[in-house]
Amino acid sequence: MTSSLLTVSYIGSSAMFILSLSGLSNQESARRGNLYGIIGMILAIVATTVAVGMSGFGLSEYGTLAIAVLPGIVIGAIVAARVAMTSMPELVAILHSFVGAAAVLVGIANYLAPAQPLTGVEAVIHEVEIFVGVFIGAITFSGSVVAFGKLRAWLPSKPLLLPARHWLNLGMLGASISLGSGFLSAEGYDGLTPLLIMTAIAIVLGVHLVMAIGGADMPVVISMLNSYSGWAAAAAGFMLSNDLLIITGALVGSSGAILSYIMCKAMNRSFISVILGGFGADSGAAPATATKIEGDVHQTTVESTAQTLRNAKNVIIVPGYGMAVAQAQHSVSEITKTLQGLGVNVRFGIHPVAGRMPGHMNVLLAEAKVPYDIVLEMDEINADFPETDAVLVIGANDTVNPSAIEDPHSAIAGMPVMEVWKSHKTVVMKRGMASGYAGIENPLFYKENTEMLFGDAKKNLDAILGHLR
Amino acid sequence: MKIGIPKEVYPGECRVAATPDTAKRLQKLGFEVLIEAGAGKAANFSDAAYAQASCELVADPLTLWSESDVMIKVRPPMLHPELDKPEVFLLREGGTLISFVYPAQNHELLEDLADRKATVLAMDAVPRITRAQKMDALSSMANIAGYRAVIEAASHFDRFFPGQITAAGKVPPAKVLVIGAGVAGLAAIGAAKNLGAIVRAFDTRPVVKEQVESMGAEFLMLDFKEDGTGQGGYAKVMSEEFIQAEMALFAEQAKEVDIIITTALIPGVKAPLLITREMVESMKEGSVVVDMAAEQGGNCEVTKPQEVYRYNGVTIVGLTDLPSRMAQQASQLYGTNLCHLLDELGGNENFKIDFENEVVRGATVLRNGEVTWPPPKPQPAPQPAQSATPQPVAPPAPPKPEPIATTHPAAHAKHKDKSHHRSHKDLVWLMLAGVALIGIGIGAPPSFLSHLTVFVLAIFVGWQVIWNVTPSLHTPLMSVTNAISGIIIVGGILQLSGAPFSATAILGAIAILIGTINISGGFLVTQRMLKMFQK
Repeated sequence: MTSSLLTVSYIGSSAMFILSLSGLSNQESARRGNLYGIIGMILAIVATTVAVGMSGFGLSEYGTLAIAVLPGIVIGAIVAARVAMTSMPELVAILHSFVGAAAVLVGIANYLAPAQPLTGVEAVIHEVEIFVGVFIGAITFSGSVVAFGKLRAWLPSKPLLLPARHWLNLGMLGASISLGSGFLSAEGYDGLTPLLIMTAIAIVLGVHLVMAIGGADMPVVISMLNSYSGWAAAAAGFMLSNDLLIITGALVGSSGAILSYIMCKAMNRSFISVILGGFGADSGAAPATATKIEGDVHQTTVESTAQTLRNAKNVIIVPGYGMAVAQAQHSVSEITKTLQGLGVNVRFGIHPVAGRMPGHMNVLLAEAKVPYDIVLEMDEINADFPETDAVLVIGANDTVNPSAIEDPHSAIAGMPVMEVWKSHKTVVMKRGMASGYAGIENPLFYKENTEMLFGDAKKNLDAILGHLR
Repeated sequence: MKIGIPKEVYPGECRVAATPDTAKRLQKLGFEVLIEAGAGKAANFSDAAYAQASCELVADPLTLWSESDVMIKVRPPMLHPELDKPEVFLLREGGTLISFVYPAQNHELLEDLADRKATVLAMDAVPRITRAQKMDALSSMANIAGYRAVIEAASHFDRFFPGQITAAGKVPPAKVLVIGAGVAGLAAIGAAKNLGAIVRAFDTRPVVKEQVESMGAEFLMLDFKEDGTGQGGYAKVMSEEFIQAEMALFAEQAKEVDIIITTALIPGVKAPLLITREMVESMKEGSVVVDMAAEQGGNCEVTKPQEVYRYNGVTIVGLTDLPSRMAQQASQLYGTNLCHLLDELGGNENFKIDFENEVVRGATVLRNGEVTWPPPKPQPAPQPAQSATPQPVAPPAPPKPEPIATTHPAAHAKHKDKSHHRSHKDLVWLMLAGVALIGIGIGAPPSFLSHLTVFVLAIFVGWQVIWNVTPSLHTPLMSVTNAISGIIIVGGILQLSGAPFSATAILGAIAILIGTINISGGFLVTQRMLKMFQK
C-alpha cells in the first residue's frame, strides 16, 4: 500500500468519525452513528497494519500485534457486556485512563525510537510534542484513575483540600516546565530521565487535581478528562506526524470541552472554579448569612404517596443520583407504566448534572425501557411544574433546591434548578435528612406542599407499585 | 409647506386621510392644508366643516396634486377614473406621498413613483416598535375592522347575543369563536363580549392567552403535549400534528358555535385555510361566518370576497372594506396616525426625511426616487410570532400594550450593552490568537503547519458537530468518543517496527493492548446503550 492510499484511508476514517458524532444528534440516527465509528476504526487499523507491512513489518511484528490486539478486544467486549448501567461513569473513567496511559507509552516509545532523524527547529518541535503529549497523557491517566476510585467509592468523594493547593499545582507545573527545558537540551537519549520525572510529577498533579473535586462535580470532571484524552491523542498525532490521530484527538477534545462547558453552565459555575476544586470552600462566609429555614418536615407514607400519584392527572418524576445508587430505575419504569395505564400523564424531568456523568439518568431510564420521548430536559419541562399535580423526587437534592433561586447568599445561588416546588404537591424520596454534595440545607423539604418519604428508594418504590396495582 | 388631501378614488372607499379635526392638528404643526372638494363627504365630513377648520378647498384634483408639497392618502395611488390618468402622474416631480403602499405587492407602483423622483412613506411599513405605536395605522384599522366584523355578524345573525330569561322563555347566549387574537381578533372579542355573547378565541401563540383572557374570552388550548411529541425531530412533527389538532378543534367548535370570526392574515401571502367546506356545512342554520381575510383569499373555503351570501343556511360575510364601513371613525384614527408621523418628520419647520430616525427610516420606501425598501436591517424586536403564525400583523394588543411593548427596547438595550462588552473581550482574544499565529508562522517549519491546519479545522468541525448532540445522548457520546480516541493504537502500531523486545516495541505493544480494550469496550457499550433507547 502506498502512502497515498494510506492517507486516503485516513481521510475516509476521519469522515466516518465525524459522521459518527453527528449521528448522535438524535436517537433515531444514533445507532447508525456508532456503526460509522466502528467502520472508521476498522478502516484506520487495517490500513495502518497493511501499510506498516509494506515498510518492513515481519512475522514477529505481526505476531506481537496480534498478541496485543486480540486480548484487548476480548477484555473490552467482556467489560462492555458485563458493566451495569449504573456503573457507566466508572467504565468511562477507566477507559479514559487507558487512553491517557497509551498516550504516555506511545510518547516515551517514540522518544526512544525516533521514526526519522530530525534536525534544527523540527527536532525541537518534535521533542516539545512528545513532552506535551506525555504530560497531558499522564494527567489524564492518573486523574481518570482517581475519578474511577471516587465513583467506585474506593476513595472518599469529599474534596481533598490540601493547604496551599493552588501553589502546589503551580509548583508542579513549573517543575514540569523546567524539566522540559532540560529535556530539550539533552543529547541522545539523555532526555529520558527528565521525561520520566516529569511523567511522575504529572501523575501526581493529575491525582491532586481530581482529589480536590467533590462528588457532585463528577460530571464536569468526567467530561474534562474526556477532553484531555482527546488532546493527548492529538499530541500523539503531532509527534507521529499522523493526521488521523490529530483529527480524532481534536474531535474528542472539543467534544469533551463542550460537555464540560454544558455541565458548568448547568451548575452556574465557572470552569476554572470546578477544575481548581473545593466546592463551597471559597464561599465560606455564605452559610452564616444564608437564610435560616423555618417550618416542619411533613413525613408521609407509602400508601398516601400511592394515593397522591393515583389521583393526579399530571405527574413529573425527577430522578437524581439516589435513584442510580438504589438501582431503582426498573421500579420507576414499572410505576410509570402502571400510572400510564391509569390514565396519568407521566413525564420525567432531568437536570443536566443529575447523576455522575452527562446523560447518566437518560441511560438508566433507557435501560429500564422508559420511552425517551417522555424524558425531558430541565429547560423543556421547568415551565410545566405549576400545572403539575404531583412531583416525585427520587434521590435528588441540590438540583431541586429552591434556595438557588430564592436565596442570593446560598452557595448554589444562580444555579438553574428543577422548580418542583411550584407544583401542587411534591413527594421527596430520600434516605434521610442529610444534605447533598453542596452541603447546604434544602428549604424544599420544609415547604407546605412537600412531603418526605424516607427510606431506601427501591423498597419504597416497590411498595408504591404494590399499592397502585 | 402645503399638505394636500385628495378624494379617495378606489371604488367604495369612504375614508379620507384627514378630518376637520386632524386638519387642525396639521395646521398646528405649521402646515397649510389643501383638500379636494367633497373628499370627506363619504365619511360624513362636509366641505363646510373643512372650511371652518381653515382648510383651503380645491375643486380640481389636478391643481390640488400639483400645488401640494406633501400628499396624504389612504389607498395606494391608482388610476384616477375621472381624469383617466394614474394618480402617480398627478404627483408633482420630486413630491412627497404618504399613504398605504404595500411595497411588497406593488412593484410597478414603486417604479412609477421612482420615475417621478418621489419621496414615499408607506403607512404599512411603519416599524412595529413601541415608539411608533401612535403611527401604526395597520393596528388602528385592524381595531376598527375587528369591531365592525362583530357588528356585521350581529346584523346577519337573527338571534340575541346575550342570554336572557324572559316571560316568553329562555334565550341562550350566542357563542362566538374568534380565530386569531391579533389586534383585530382582540377588538372582535371585546365587541362580542360587550354584546353579551360567550366568546372563545384561538391563537397559535400561547403567549396571547393572557390578553385573550383579559378581554373576558375563553382561550382554547391545543392539548398536543399529550399525544407524545418528543425531543427528536421535534419541530417538524409538531407542526404537522399541530395543524391537524388545530383543524380538529375547529371542526369540533364549528358544530357548537353560532358565529365564527377569522382574522388569520399573513401580509403578502395567501391567508391560511382554517374553516373548510365541511365545517361550514356542519354549522347550525342561521350561523354566521365573518372572514376578515377575504381579501387575501380567505380563511374559509367558501368565502366570496366582497360578498355576503348564504351557503347552506350559513351567512358567509366576505367583506373586504370593514374599516371603510366605519369611515368617520377610521378617518379620524388614520388622520391622527398621519399627524403623528408628520410630527415625527419634524413638522413644517424642520421637515426632514431623517434616516437616523428608525421609524422614519422604516416607513420610507422611496427617497427622491431612490428605492429604500426594504430597510437595511430588521427593526429591533420584531414580534417573533409574526412570521411563525397566521396572524394579522399584530403589535402588542391595544388593551395592554405596556408590558410587552416596554420590555422590548429595554431588553434590546441591555443585550446591546452586553454584546458590546463581549466584543471587546473577543477582540483581545482575537489579537492574542493573531500574535500567536504570527509567532508560529515565523518559527515553525511547513510540515508542522500542515498538521496544525488539520488540527485547528478538526477542532472546529468537532465544535459544530457536538453542539447538535441531544443532551440525553451525552453518555453514549462520551463512550463513542472514548472508543475513537483509542485510535491512539495506530501510534502504537507504528512503534512496533523496531527490534523485537526493544523498549520501544514493548511499550508500543502495551499501548496497543489497552487502546484496543478502549476501542472494543467503548463501541460495544455504546451499542448496548443505544439499543435501550426506544420510543
